[in-house]
Amino acid sequence: MEFKKIKAPLTEDVIAGLKTGDEVLISGTIYTARDEAHRRLTALIFENKPLPFDIKGQIIYYVGPSPAKPGEVIGSAGPTTSYRMDKYAPVLMEYGLKGMIGKGKRSIEVKDAVKKYKAVYFGAIGGAGALIAKSIKSSKVIAYEELLSEAIRELTVEDFPAVVVNDIFGGDLYDEGKSKFAGKFK
Amino acid sequence: MKIITYDQISNAVIDLITHAASNLPEDVAESLGNSLNIEISESGKSVLNKIIKNAEIAKNENKPLCQDTGLAVFFVEIGSDVKIEGGTITESINEGTRRGYEVGYLRKSTCDPLTRKNIGDNTPAIIHYEFVSGDKLKILYAAKGGGSENMSRIKMMKPSDGIKGIIDFAVETMEIAGPNPCPPNIIGIGIGGNFERSAVIAKKALFRNIGTINHDKELAEIEKTIYKKVNNIGTGPMGFGGVCTVLAVHIIKEPCHIASMPVAVNIECHSHRHTEIIL
Repeated sequence: MEFKKIKAPLTEDVIAGLKTGDEVLISGTIYTARDEAHRRLTALIFENKPLPFDIKGQIIYYVGPSPAKPGEVIGSAGPTTSYRMDKYAPVLMEYGLKGMIGKGKRSIEVKDAVKKYKAVYFGAIGGAGALIAKSIKSSKVIAYEELLSEAIRELTVEDFPAVVVNDIFGGDLYDEGKSKFAGKFK
Repeated sequence: MKIITYDQISNAVIDLITHAASNLPEDVAESLGNSLNIEISESGKSVLNKIIKNAEIAKNENKPLCQDTGLAVFFVEIGSDVKIEGGTITESINEGTRRGYEVGYLRKSTCDPLTRKNIGDNTPAIIHYEFVSGDKLKILYAAKGGGSENMSRIKMMKPSDGIKGIIDFAVETMEIAGPNPCPPNIIGIGIGGNFERSAVIAKKALFRNIGTINHDKELAEIEKTIYKKVNNIGTGPMGFGGVCTVLAVHIIKEPCHIASMPVAVNIECHSHRHTEIIL
C-alpha cells in the first residue's frame, strides 16, 4: 500500500491532492479537542474572542488520551467517534480549520463544509491507541486543563497513520467501501 | 460459610481492571486472527493487521489497548454461603475501580450527565448482582467503551414481529451504526425480560467467549443468520469496506410479558476487554 506523506498544518495544495481512500502519514503539529473543547471554541468565535491557538490551516484530532505514565509522552491515544463534533465542525472550518482526524460518519453539513472550505476529514483506527501513540513525539496541554483528558493539547506527530475519508470532491470512504463489499460475505 | 473480605474483593478488582486494559483476551485475539483469513478487502486487512499489532504493543508496553478504558462493568455472582466482611460488596468494587484506574494510568470517563463534569475516578462502576448457590464469589468484568455503547439500541417489539423482526432490528442497528462502534464488533442481544432486563441480558451476552456455541439451538440459528447478514452489509473493519463487520453474535433470552417482546442490541468494539475471577 502506497502512503502519502503530508505535513501539518495543511496547505490548500496538499488538500487538493488528497482523495478519498488515500492512506496518509501525517507529520508536524496538530491539536486535540473533543466535545466540551469544541463547544468552548465555537462559543469564543461567536463572542468574537481569540481562540487559544491560531486555527488557520490546522488539523484537530478528536482524542482524549489515557494518562501518560512517568517517562511516557502520552498514554493510549486513538480517535473518538467524530459525529459528536458535527455540530461545531462547520464553523471551525469557516474560520480556517483545514483538517479533522477521528472515526465514523460525518453529517451532511460537515461534508458540505469540507467541500466549501476546502478541508479534509481523515479516519484513524479506533481501538489502536497504543499503536497510534508511537507516532506522537510530544504533547503539551495548551488550554482547558481542567477538562483532564479532554483538554486541548498541542501534539507533535511523525508519520501519524490515517486514511482520507471525506475529500474536497465529495468522496466518502464509508459509502464507497460499503457499496463495494455489500453482499460479498460467503 | 466462606468469609471474603472487602480488601480481597477490591484487590481482585484492581487486578481485573489493570490486566484487562492492556491484554486482549485470547478469544478476541484468536477471532481477529481468523478474520484475516475471511476478509477480502485490502483496507480491511490493513486495519485488522494494525489492530493485531496494537494488541502486541499494548501487551509488551503495558499500555492501554484503547484510550477509552471504558466504564467499569461487573456481573457478580454471589454464592449463598459467602459472607462479606469489612464493608459492602458495592463499596469494595468501587474502591477497586477507583484505585485500579489510578494505578493503571487509565482514563477516567465517568461524568455528570448534565454538567459533563468528570467525576475524576471512574466511579461509580456499573454492577449487576446475581445470587446463586455455593460458596464462591464470581466477578466478571468488562471495560466498556462509549463509542460502541452509543450505537446500541433497544426496542419494545410486538409479539407479531417474530424472529424475523428481531433479526431485522439487529441488522438495522448495525446498518445504522456503520463505522462508528469500531468494527469488527461483537453483538450482544437480549430478547425478552422487560424494558431494563433485556438490556442487562444483552450486556451479559457479550461475556460469552467468542467461538462458543449457544446451547439453545434456535438461538444459535438466529445468531448465525444475524452474523451472515451483518457481514454482508459491507461495513468492514473500521468501516472502510469489507466483510468482517462482526466477529460474533451472542443471544440470551428470558420470559417476557404476554403483550411484549423487548429486544436490546448491545454493540461491543473489537477491543473487547473482558475477564473474570472466582474468589
